[in-house]
Amino acid sequence: MIDVSAPPRPATAAPPRRRRGLDRRHVPVLVTLGLLIAMYATGVGNYENFSDTQVLLNVFVDNAFLLVVAVGMTFVILTGGIDLSVGAVVALTTVVAATLLDAGWPAIVVLPLVLLMGTVLGLGMGAVIHYFKVEPFIATLAGMFLARGLSLLINRNSIPITDPFWTAMAQERIRFAPGVFISTSVVIALVAVLIGAFVLAYTRFGRTVYAIGGNADSALLMGLPVGRTRIAVYTVSGFCSSLGGVLLSFYMLSGYSLHAQGMELDAIAAVVIGGVLLTGGSGYLFGTVLGVLVLGLIQTIITFQGTLSSWWTKIVIGILLFAFIVLQRLVTRRAR
Amino acid sequence: MTALTRHRLFWPAVVLVLLLVSNVFFAPRFFSITLQDGHLYGSLIDVLRSSTPLVLVALGMTVVIATGGIDLSVGSVMAIAGALACLMIGDLPDQGSVGGVLLAVVAAVGLAAVLGIWNGVLVTVIGIQPIIATLILMVAGRGIAQLLTDGQIINVSSPPFRMIGAGYFLTLPVSVLIVAAVVVAAALLTRRSALGVLVEAVGASPTASRLAGIRARGLTIMAYVFAAVCAAVAGLIFSSNVASADSNAAGNLIELDAILAVVIGGTALTGGRFSLAGSVLGAVLISALDITTYTIGIPAETTLLFKAVVVVVLCLSQSAAFRAVVFRRRTVGASA
Repeated sequence: MIDVSAPPRPATAAPPRRRRGLDRRHVPVLVTLGLLIAMYATGVGNYENFSDTQVLLNVFVDNAFLLVVAVGMTFVILTGGIDLSVGAVVALTTVVAATLLDAGWPAIVVLPLVLLMGTVLGLGMGAVIHYFKVEPFIATLAGMFLARGLSLLINRNSIPITDPFWTAMAQERIRFAPGVFISTSVVIALVAVLIGAFVLAYTRFGRTVYAIGGNADSALLMGLPVGRTRIAVYTVSGFCSSLGGVLLSFYMLSGYSLHAQGMELDAIAAVVIGGVLLTGGSGYLFGTVLGVLVLGLIQTIITFQGTLSSWWTKIVIGILLFAFIVLQRLVTRRAR
Repeated sequence: MTALTRHRLFWPAVVLVLLLVSNVFFAPRFFSITLQDGHLYGSLIDVLRSSTPLVLVALGMTVVIATGGIDLSVGSVMAIAGALACLMIGDLPDQGSVGGVLLAVVAAVGLAAVLGIWNGVLVTVIGIQPIIATLILMVAGRGIAQLLTDGQIINVSSPPFRMIGAGYFLTLPVSVLIVAAVVVAAALLTRRSALGVLVEAVGASPTASRLAGIRARGLTIMAYVFAAVCAAVAGLIFSSNVASADSNAAGNLIELDAILAVVIGGTALTGGRFSLAGSVLGAVLISALDITTYTIGIPAETTLLFKAVVVVVLCLSQSAAFRAVVFRRRTVGASA
């Protein structure tokens, strides 16, 4: 098999790209990075104490679970699919974990069990999408109903978690200096990001993901394992959702069927703002990280402003979505 | 007999009848309709009345899906329409004035039409995927609705406005009459003129229809405007029924129910052929499902599980790949 990660490139194609000095594929990510820096600078310029390192670290602490969920979503969107079930799977994970822990199950059993549950759910949705040719939108919508319904069926009230391992994970802080810290969830999330980025960039599976998003038919004709890969990305997303659910239960120390309402939208927004092409085939996990940070910084700025109401978050996210999608169109149109 | 069972609305209709009949075991007087104070009362009327917003939204969604698109913003448009109408009525010196209420209704529907144009332009002129284009308004729209109402629930006490959702005319609920009128108008427009065929052509193959001289762009924008106007009327019925504008609750998750209704009604999500009657049936079916779980005494949360099962079963039954696997033996036997 040919090594897909380093395709032999005709010598004539390379120079013009290099002369421009900027890879077109990097433009959306760079724009997001610029936006992030501009937002941070605005925050520092306008609000007292905004320049504290901890303010920036808190963006990570408060969004670690979203980061993990967005990693899974990136895989799915890179193949040109979509996963609407992530928020519901996150909620189901917190509820099942809290219920089992409440029943006295040890954390060492509960943790792998809930992760397996999310993975199996993702696998099931992927299988339905691939084998029965059901639209990803509808299949994952059914998964969303199923997961949210199950969690409501298990318990419609919020269940507190008192397990020592869970509380330890919730309270554990990794301190760099007095008052400068991150939670263990951030470390887990960053590890997930690094593994995801490595898989996407350097493994055969990762390159196949891009190939399917570029053109599924061509990928199939090239002999790539399209079916297996497509099922695998939904499995990855299911796993990431349940891992995100575990992190959310660390953060909230409770399981609740109404946790993570609308998180699928946040995750999709983060991926889009991060410059991943919604039709698939182009984008970077690093962009997704930036997208999550942009969403987090919007929240932080609105909190610092104090006079702005929470609904401005939605409006600003909507405007950013619009701006980035139009930018994507411009970039891809020039590519043709 | 086979012709009947093969009809695409046969199974949804059977499910609806079964659902309604199953209610009799738990509420013996389910099918009785009585005339009281010149109004028709009864559970069947309630099913119709509670289904009105969903029927309207599903109707608009059908036309959009027929063009090969999808509209996720309908719930937010419902919220915006309700918020604007209640805001304007609340500001009237005399809330009972028919002229003022009419003005508010026209303004709400007009604003919705503008939002529909916005969606349509994003999809056709800028060329964004419909899911994503309407996602922008879905996220930002709810923010706008909350901005209009300032995050509060606006209560109005206006008899003319109350008529829309809770009034009766000629013994029938006004909301049911409005919806019936819209359904009839839409059916006449699409089936007694070339409009329906043109929309199906655009959905089936945009390129071919453009080559055939169909102005696909205008038709698609019109579809989104129709969906938004339907959603606005649905929002007016909803907020009139509760005599208030609640920007969070109005139309929450209705886009998913509406898409479900369209799919139940036999319109494929890939666009092309559509069935307005099927979508109406699907929407009534979903409302009947909600009411049935209520009469049977199952906790309301489990409707989500029911819906998940319904979506999975319906999608699988519509999936050609699934039929090929399950019914292979039977078709072989029939042909032999």
